[in-house]
Amino acid sequence: MTAELIHAGLTRDEMARRAARDIPDGAYVNLGIGIPELVAAHIPPGREVIYHTENGVMGFGPPPPEGEEDPELINAGKKPITLLPGASFFHHADSFAMIRGGHIDFCILGAMQVARNGDLANWSTGAPGAIPAVGGAMDLVAGAGRIVVITEHCAKDGSPKLVDACTYPLTGRGVVARVFTDLAVVDVTSEGFVLREIAPGVDLDTVRRLTGAPLLAAAGIKTIEP
Amino acid sequence: MIDKRVGDPAQAVADVKDGDTVLIGGFGEAGSPIELIHALIDQGARDLVVASNNTGNGQVGLAALIAAGRVRKMICSYPRSSNSRVFPELYRKGQIELELVPQGTLAERIRAGGAGVPAFFTPSSVGTVLAEGKEVREFEGRPYVMERWLRADFALVKAELGDRLGNLTYNKTARNFGPIMCMAARTAIVQVSRIVEPGGIDPEVVVTPGVFVKRIVEVANAAHESVLVAQGVTYP
Repeated sequence: MTAELIHAGLTRDEMARRAARDIPDGAYVNLGIGIPELVAAHIPPGREVIYHTENGVMGFGPPPPEGEEDPELINAGKKPITLLPGASFFHHADSFAMIRGGHIDFCILGAMQVARNGDLANWSTGAPGAIPAVGGAMDLVAGAGRIVVITEHCAKDGSPKLVDACTYPLTGRGVVARVFTDLAVVDVTSEGFVLREIAPGVDLDTVRRLTGAPLLAAAGIKTIEP
Repeated sequence: MIDKRVGDPAQAVADVKDGDTVLIGGFGEAGSPIELIHALIDQGARDLVVASNNTGNGQVGLAALIAAGRVRKMICSYPRSSNSRVFPELYRKGQIELELVPQGTLAERIRAGGAGVPAFFTPSSVGTVLAEGKEVREFEGRPYVMERWLRADFALVKAELGDRLGNLTYNKTARNFGPIMCMAARTAIVQVSRIVEPGGIDPEVVVTPGVFVKRIVEVANAAHESVLVAQGVTYP
């Protein structure tokens, strides 16, 4: 039985909506591929957020309508994008200067594993025969201001993604500040994982059972508003 | 008179030698200089070391160069994509080398090569397998890994407008690695959509100053990799 069948939890859009509430007004933000991309559609009204894509755009908008795609206007996931007024283009060295130089305030990534000390693994299983491909993930975690992760609480095979120590090759050490899952909002602290918020209909014991490391309960755990 | 224009892609790549290091622009298909790569396939140079962010799609462009057995080693950040079969097959058979580099490190190594800086320290990859065997030094309490410049014999780049002096503009996200690859190669070869008179590009909007460019060739209506792949085109 898969993890999805044995517990309630947030949808991908609900996870993205919860994560979007953490992004402050005025932030320069880089969104990873997958669920993180959904966050842009859920920024609370009244906040202006500018999106960076590491292949060389600041200030891109939603995907274009079908038929209006431009093969030379794409994001880091190689998908077509549009530009918002005030957008800019730049070459790769400048783009990664923005990242490494600390000019990107907030970065939301996917994960294969997050360890209780904040280590992140999200680029390779290290399996024999796998083609290793890293892209910009190691640069983003080394340089962006606040690194948070959105991911299902468990992998497709039911194994926990929040673990004591990563078994997959690392993307970066001690880099993750917070994890948004379908079950909970979990902070990475000097004491390890701390549960801050929990999805409606999910109880603490369930989250603990599906977490591969000790999970401390914060005082006054809140229920996530989907 | 300075005139960097050459007649066609074949002339532009005629002197690439076996064993040369070639930087090839593009992020996915955006900015991939397909016509120059096809000319390089026709030209026949072998044992190339190629640095490019990806490894191409289908059986055209960079993927076709690799499929033709011309590339000994790829220096690359992301050698996978939905339509990329050529590189993975050769890599699994041990018939092509891979130097995997974080994307920002790849860009900075190329920039450093063009800027005359032989090495630099970066926080990217510290504590990971990609930093193994590299010098790590602490600055203000934080560890950084030393990376070396990447310089090349040639660069193949796609730009938008160019003049006979080599001044360039780019098209949207096709800019990506173009400007820094022009800097880092002894001979930067650029295909442009249109050649204009000197002065035809406002000096305020020149992205690559002509000093970095050796040859420029006009390729109007350049092919897009995804269109060729969708049409099932294979090269040669």
